[in-house]
Amino acid sequence: MLNKLYDWVDERLDITPIWRDIADHEVPEHVNPAHHFSAFVYCFGGLTFFITVIQILSGMFLTMYYVPDIENAWQSVYYLQNEVAFGEIVRGMHHWGASLVVVMIFLHTLRVFFTGSYKKPRELNWVVGVMLFGVILGLSFTGYLLPWDMKALFATKVGIEIAASVPVIGESIKILLAGDSTILGAQTLTRFFAIHVFFLPAALLGLLAAHFIMIRRQGISGPL
Amino acid sequence: MHRGKGMKFVGDSRVPSMEFRKPNVPKDYSEYPGKTEAFWPNFLLKEWMIGAVFLIGYLLLTVAHPSPLEGQADPTDTAYIPLPDWYFLFLYQLLKYEFASGPYNVVGAIIVPGLAFGALALAPFLDRGPERRPSKRPLPTGFMLLAVASIIFLTWESVANHDWEAAAAQGEITEEVEIDTADPGYEIYSGAACISCHGDNLEGAVGPTLIGTGLSPEEIADIAVNGIEKDGAQVMPPSWDGTDEDLQVLSEFISGLEAE
Repeated sequence: MLNKLYDWVDERLDITPIWRDIADHEVPEHVNPAHHFSAFVYCFGGLTFFITVIQILSGMFLTMYYVPDIENAWQSVYYLQNEVAFGEIVRGMHHWGASLVVVMIFLHTLRVFFTGSYKKPRELNWVVGVMLFGVILGLSFTGYLLPWDMKALFATKVGIEIAASVPVIGESIKILLAGDSTILGAQTLTRFFAIHVFFLPAALLGLLAAHFIMIRRQGISGPL
Repeated sequence: MHRGKGMKFVGDSRVPSMEFRKPNVPKDYSEYPGKTEAFWPNFLLKEWMIGAVFLIGYLLLTVAHPSPLEGQADPTDTAYIPLPDWYFLFLYQLLKYEFASGPYNVVGAIIVPGLAFGALALAPFLDRGPERRPSKRPLPTGFMLLAVASIIFLTWESVANHDWEAAAAQGEITEEVEIDTADPGYEIYSGAACISCHGDNLEGAVGPTLIGTGLSPEEIADIAVNGIEKDGAQVMPPSWDGTDEDLQVLSEFISGLEAE
């Protein structure tokens, strides 16, 4: 049945090269923890992607209850945490996932760095990876404000002050993020929500696609 | 495999005709060196085991530590000491040092993190030699170890210098319960010494809040009469000097207050 369906699509679109590329590429011995246990360091990137997927899924469920508005944001999170079935688990996964994804992407960066895998011809993929790191940190920063509790508000105040201390364009960055040159309030919350839920995830998915296409095109770096 | 009648595509279609197609047959890995294997499904199943172990740890963490939620944001609270999430603590700590704060703020906020992140992004263009082993390229290895050590040190300093108990207390969610001030229990409460320490709405002031104590009327009556002694110190003085009937009403009133 599945084969027939595959053939039907393949006859029209010739998807076999894509499928072979995604599924049937070779995994060399030196990155396979089944052969060398120390090769688990090569799993950090995959685990980062795994948590990213969990973050996207749990985030989609959170937005079913969350209201990006200063009157209701905290109330909706409180309700989600205490009343909604499994709300505590979904929010917990998103909360801890945010920490774990930073840990894993840091470890993945260190693995690539110390194995010298960023060297020619993989320079571009490294640059895209560092941009992904930046996007992940941006997601962490913007997500921190959304529960609209005390620590969120005051940590964001500090963060925006830091952004404002950039020479020349600092004030503009501040207004872009906070929506106002002095007030951190309703505008800031909706902007951070938009950045956290639309802008940065869009950038994240684009960069991830580039990251993965480059990996498939170049293959994984050889053993040391 | 039946392939219809050799469908033809016209115009700018890039789908080749059947005879030029790549056959859907898995690669033969015997030609590859060592123990190379196929990603799908051989390797993915093994990798999923690592993923599953990771997921179990992740879920245990989630269940054991519910994600924190402090009280609703109140911009008028000027006494609040801010704290970013833990992975930004090192940046936050950097800004506390003399030459990275005040007039030198731009050093700690922009220049140092900017240089570090820029160097990270440009690593392949700064470290161009063919050597890949960390021991064969001491400078990049040294700089990275230094950076990691600095991050760990700064995070440690930040954690050690932060008053975690005060931080937990300042963010607590305060219970707001509608108090029925017409209740005879409230009348007795406001007429007695209780109100001076426990607040007009029993929200707590010098003494703790009396909402949602979880105590029985008898226990509350006992506390009202005898006070509380903890570690040899009188935490709450014996306060009740009214009638037993009033005490009964008061205790039942307080015992019946539940947090929402």
